[in-house]
Formats: sequence, C-alpha cells, structure tokens
Amino acid sequence: MTTAPEGFFTPDFDDSTDRKLCIICSKGTLDMAYPALIMANGALEEGIEVHLFFTFWGLDIIRKKTVDKLTVTPVGNTAMRMGGTSLAMPQLLGVLPGMSSMASWMMKRKIAGIDIPTVHEFITHVADAGAHLWACKASVDMMGLSGGDFVDEVEETINVARFLKLSEGAQMLFV
Amino acid sequence: MASVTIAGQEVHINEEGFMTDPSEWNEEIARFLARQIGIDELTEDHWAVIRFLRADFAEQGETATLRRVSTSAGVPTKQLYELFPNKPARKMAYVSGLPKPKGCV
Repeated sequence: MTTAPEGFFTPDFDDSTDRKLCIICSKGTLDMAYPALIMANGALEEGIEVHLFFTFWGLDIIRKKTVDKLTVTPVGNTAMRMGGTSLAMPQLLGVLPGMSSMASWMMKRKIAGIDIPTVHEFITHVADAGAHLWACKASVDMMGLSGGDFVDEVEETINVARFLKLSEGAQMLFV
Repeated sequence: MASVTIAGQEVHINEEGFMTDPSEWNEEIARFLARQIGIDELTEDHWAVIRFLRADFAEQGETATLRRVSTSAGVPTKQLYELFPNKPARKMAYVSGLPKPKGCV
C-alpha cells in the first residue's frame, strides 16, 4: 500500500460488518413485494447478509406462475388516492371489474419509470448480489407446491426451525 | 472540506473522504484510491465500470446505481460485487472520484 499524503483519509467502508437482515415476506401483492426487495437490495449494498423467507401469500412472489403477475388492489386500501390528488378512492369503485388491473398497471408503470426492475428481475438482482431466498415448508405443503414451482433463485424449502437457526442474531422484518 | 495532494494533483475531499470535484480526478488518482481501499490492481473490468460511471455522471449529473451499471453498461451484478467487494455502489463511486449514488436501486 502506498503511503497516504498528509491529511488524506479513506471513507469508513466498514468491511467487517457482521450485520444480518432477515425479511419474512408473507404477502404476495406488488406493494408488499417491492418494499422487501428494495430493503434487501439496500442492505446488500451495505455489505449486510440478507435472507428472504417467503411464507403464505408471500410464496406468490417466488412462484414461476405468479412472479410476473403480482397485483395491487384498491379494495380495503384507504391510502389509494385518485389521480395524484388527496382524494381517497371510494371503496365501491375499487370493486368494479378491472380496477385492480388498472391499479397494478399504473403501479408497474410508475416503478418502471424510476428504473426499478420488475419483481422477477429484482429477485435475480438481489440473488446475484448474494441474498439467500428460502421458501417456507409449512406454506409450501399447505398449498401443495414443490421446489420446482419456484424461480431458480430460491435455494431451498426450509422449516421454521432452520429459519430460526440461520436468522440467529439477525435483524428481522416481517412484511 | 479538506484538500490533499495525490499524485501531484490537488484534490478536495469531503468529511467522509469522497472527492468533491470530479474534474480533479485522473487515472493515477483512481489507482491510488483503489489501493487505499484494498483493491491493489485495477483490471480492465474495473476500468470498464469506472469509465461508464464517469461518462454517465457527465451526462446525468448523478452517480449511476448498481442496477444502472448492470443494465446500461452490461456488467453483471455478481461481477460488480467481485470487482468492488462488500459495498460495490459506494466503492466504485469512490474510485471514480464521484459522489455516492443517491438512488435506492
């Protein structure tokens, strides 16, 4: 290493961090998938070990059949506003045919507009960055699925005991 | 803000240690900064990323995120983590004499 000039210092990249983040993804809607993936990606870029555990409806995020078909619904979502205004969308409108598709289309368009990848691309991106993806055994059994139903990035189907073991000492997020 | 002399060139750095003026950067400085953070040799693969970041910053006015480097420069995410271990987004910006990326993805 070259001798540094006087007054020079390097940023604290803190390469020795042993932080670990475990995110439990239990919901399979667009607005639940993205926060987990964005948080996971941010953590990876900070050198934090990341595990994503998909359970219940969260399995939709990693199922080959559904990964590209996640939606968001205005029904029961009081934070859904109309056309950028502060007006809440009337709940009765939300149940009309096509409203969920429209809301999903709009959200996907907005997300693509700020150069955030699709859910499937994002899964590949975080897995390439070193994230570990796990499917929950109880949910997999309950839904009659098997390992082959999931995108390639999923490492394995594991039970709660294994998840608790690998998440020992980690910071946990339940989404 | 402090000023130091690297490879005969005066360089301004902020309180975190990042360069504040991309125009003060040159390849010799990049090699020096890389060595300081444990990257002993900048390979052609490193340079491809650095050149993209510099050109993209000149155009966009902000530092590209990992996602942007992988999609626009065609460098796979895995490789970025190998070239600039642990914190690739920040490290590649640092070596390129640019601010940390602001984007989340």
